Amino acid sequence: MEPPAVETSALGRRYGRRWALARVNLQVARGERLLIAGANGSGKSTLLRVLASLLAPSIGSARVFGHDVATEAGAVRERVALLTYTPGVYEDLSARENLRAQLRLLGRDDAPEALLERVGLELRDDPVRGYSAGMRKRLSFARLLMQRPGLALLDEPYGQLDPEGFKMVDGLVAELSQAGATVIMASHMVERAGALCDRGVLIDQGQVRWEGPGPQTARAWDAAHGGGR
Amino acid sequence: MIAARPGLVRQIVAVIHKDLLVEWRGQARLLAMGTYAVTLLLLFSFAVGPDTKTLQQHAAGYVWLALLSASTMTLTQSFRVETEAGALEALLMLPVDHRAIYFGKALANTALLVVLACLVMPVAAILFDLSAAEGLYWLLPPIVLGAAGLAGPGTLYAALTARVAAQQLMLPLLLFPLIVPALVAAVKSTSLVLQGDPMGQMSSWLIVLASFDLIFWSLSGLLFAKVVEE
Repeated sequence: MEPPAVETSALGRRYGRRWALARVNLQVARGERLLIAGANGSGKSTLLRVLASLLAPSIGSARVFGHDVATEAGAVRERVALLTYTPGVYEDLSARENLRAQLRLLGRDDAPEALLERVGLELRDDPVRGYSAGMRKRLSFARLLMQRPGLALLDEPYGQLDPEGFKMVDGLVAELSQAGATVIMASHMVERAGALCDRGVLIDQGQVRWEGPGPQTARAWDAAHGGGR
Repeated sequence: MIAARPGLVRQIVAVIHKDLLVEWRGQARLLAMGTYAVTLLLLFSFAVGPDTKTLQQHAAGYVWLALLSASTMTLTQSFRVETEAGALEALLMLPVDHRAIYFGKALANTALLVVLACLVMPVAAILFDLSAAEGLYWLLPPIVLGAAGLAGPGTLYAALTARVAAQQLMLPLLLFPLIVPALVAAVKSTSLVLQGDPMGQMSSWLIVLASFDLIFWSLSGLLFAKVVEE
């Protein structure tokens, strides 16, 4: 039987004395779309970074497609792409040059134009330094799509985007899903993201407090936070 | 979903290409580094005064001190561009061998320092009146090996200090004591080209430089993954 996309067992991560994640047990099936909701500092981003193998667990374990994130980071990174609030690009290069440089590192010579077209990014030959935050986010999405991930980890995918950008994110999540990818997104746009996802979890102080169907996440959030979204 | 990974050499070439392209796009920085190195040479010549013999005698030392100072800017810059918009993290998330990142960046830094040395040398020849020196093409081995001696451990330490607020201060503090053997060998071998080598000592100093490079490039290649992860 194939291992699940993600499996964590009593996962904990500590920054100094503060536990950002505490005993998180989570299983995400292949192809599933999961929303992680929680207030600022609740541990969402830390969880995504541990799953991406960028942070090692302090206790417990996390496996991605059966590979331990601490000891098999290389195998994990073959399958995972992470979208963060930083664009992960070189400011002096253009969008096209950034993608070309990364494609070359992956040993591919396909043209980046289709990816840039897909994320609606114009000014493809201008240095990224002059881009708006929204344009940088679009470029980050192009970078993520370029990796053709088996597991896409999206940290605040709607952040910095305009309403047209929101629709683009919805479309890209659906596309990733159709291509067979598992999608885990951490977002404050609980209602919108929840409607897209099969399942949602609420995290508070590094612990999973609620788990249920994606579209019900917004109601669970309201119950937990008195409607403050 | 998993594509065949390119080999180590192709990954190294891709990193070199990327780093040199980033440097080329930021040409003002290269120009600033060249100007800085030339300014240091001018300051050395002003400090010593119009004593041509002393200037000629110590020309190699002045050139390498100028290159050493400018190298900290090159090395700091090579990781500043990686951290300013999270590019290093994105690079680490790609299934790319960490050794390819290290050797690619170290080779790109070596190339930049060689270019810098080639810009600085003619200025030094004019300032220090080195017109009598013969066989200046023999400067290439000490320049290349010396630049590699600075760039090899320098790339590792630049990665180590990349997330430190006082990187410009920390990098020379850590790097300079380490590269003393390479600096001495580079100065001696360069001086032998400029002043003449009646005792045939050049090859010995080049062997010292090459050995230093071999040891520190190998060690740094092994340690780089530990330095950049988390």
